Amino acid sequence: MAVSPSRIASRRAGNVLFVAFCVLVTFIALAALALILYSLVSQGVGGLNLNIFTKSTPAAGTPGGLINAIVGSILMSVAAMIIALTIGILAGTWLAEYAGESRFGSVVRFLNDVLLSAPSILIGLFVYEILVAPFKTFSGFAGSVALALLAAPVITRTTEDVLKLQPTALRESGVALGAPVWHVIRTILWRGSTSGILTGALLAFARISGETAPLLFTALNNQFFSWNMARPMASLPVVIFQDALTPYPDLNRLAWAGALLIAASVLAVTIIARAFSQEPRR
Amino acid sequence: MSIVLNAPPRRGTPRGATFEPVFEGLCFGAATALLVALGGVLVSLAIGGWPALSRFGLNFITGVTWDPNPDHEVYGAAGPIVGTLITSAAALAMALPVAGGVAFFLVELCPTFLRRPIGTAVELLAGIPSIVYGMWGLFVFAPFFAAHVETPLMSAAPPGSFWETLFSGIPNGSGMLAASIILAIMILPFMAATLRELLNTVPPQVRESAYGLGATTAEVVLSVTLPYIRRGAIGAVMLGLGRALGETMAVTFIIGNSHAFPKGLFDSGSTIASTIANEFNEASGLQSAALIALGLVLFVITFTVLALARLLLRTQVRA
Repeated sequence: MAVSPSRIASRRAGNVLFVAFCVLVTFIALAALALILYSLVSQGVGGLNLNIFTKSTPAAGTPGGLINAIVGSILMSVAAMIIALTIGILAGTWLAEYAGESRFGSVVRFLNDVLLSAPSILIGLFVYEILVAPFKTFSGFAGSVALALLAAPVITRTTEDVLKLQPTALRESGVALGAPVWHVIRTILWRGSTSGILTGALLAFARISGETAPLLFTALNNQFFSWNMARPMASLPVVIFQDALTPYPDLNRLAWAGALLIAASVLAVTIIARAFSQEPRR
Repeated sequence: MSIVLNAPPRRGTPRGATFEPVFEGLCFGAATALLVALGGVLVSLAIGGWPALSRFGLNFITGVTWDPNPDHEVYGAAGPIVGTLITSAAALAMALPVAGGVAFFLVELCPTFLRRPIGTAVELLAGIPSIVYGMWGLFVFAPFFAAHVETPLMSAAPPGSFWETLFSGIPNGSGMLAASIILAIMILPFMAATLRELLNTVPPQVRESAYGLGATTAEVVLSVTLPYIRRGAIGAVMLGLGRALGETMAVTFIIGNSHAFPKGLFDSGSTIASTIANEFNEASGLQSAALIALGLVLFVITFTVLALARLLLRTQVRA
């Protein structure tokens, strides 16, 4: 059966077009993203100086830094991670070890996946309703709870996934030695999944450290340095948001420096997480 | 001499077994807490938004006037709702072909030594906080867009034509189209990374047999691998859409924040998330209820999209 040459030619032409399209859009996408990183670095480095790490956020026209926002971000993220790790590891363990094929288990699994990508601003509104409105004050605690709600589903998901990777024989041998199930989980399964759970935790940390929307109505902002989590608290993303929208060039420069700090730390944490997850892979 | 057994032999209980139900209860409690949290979001939004919903009824969704002036308060959210849908749909339409192209390039065409670095770069970029995209949009993209796209297009449009309506607005770089473009750039790495992961699940035999039959790269991708991952791909697209719908910071910087119904591509508009972010802290009473009701609308929209996405994705990979 002869194939007409024109058919071959048109298929070839179609292929060339397709390949050219793929190469072109990859180039465009990488260029756009490189452009963003370039402006982030070039604008941010100019604003970086020692003041950033020693002074609090200034009024326009006076020198200042971001130390209150940096400390606030770290405090709230760490508190959020403590809550999220507790809930996430326990919930993930339940899904992997106790839920089995039960109906409730699959409902939790499904809704956890939905919560994983729910709009963060709605989480902020929810925490406002339950922790800010009743107590009549914005607080660092409310901020951490909002962030914890964003981190917990990620940790739940990873914990479940890595626990399921553990061989059943491991559980059986633990039980055969006479250990109660919860002992097996604690001393064998969790220990064997440490690097996986840690990866999930780091990814969750990277995600919440850049979140702005859930903090707007929970932690609000604070012009001054503060360790008090029961009061309004500054955070890097919120300070960036407010300073970027002012017409003052010095505040804008501060916002760029803050954005560079956040992006750099998020990238660093993500890279560390990837290094962790790559190691035990056979 | 005889040994008197005064008790029948008992099996020993393992040490710590009494704590077993407590531990299981704790785990169960944590899982339930997640469920309660999601339910709590829905319930608290419904309760908080009820005053506005009951007062305006269906007009809350169809009305185009958003006026917080206490003398004649009216809240009609059609502007933000339509703004959300249009910017997300436009962002998806722009990002999808590009994300697909990037994923196909990485899986089928890319030289091996570049595959890892480019793939890693795409995945890392998916983690950059959205506020960074927003800032870039405001300070770098908007001035460029105003000078090199908006102004030329507006002056080129013949007066009175369809084009003039389409390109109407203020050429200051912010507006509906600009926000859509920034959103598209933001969801691009995420969608590309998910699609690539899906393409990698296609068994090599399937792809190789297609090549063995003499298919070109385009034919392999479009008629073999893409149909193979069809369901998962739709799920990935809807996850991207879910992100775009709920995105706050990247949009708030650049959409122009006007509640009116957007008339043209360059016109200022608003989305649900940007409206809440801008007004909630200054709002009280009915306005704050209206904003929470707006949140409820967003919750319903995104929940539907995300639930569909997860149902479709579940069968392939857990992305």
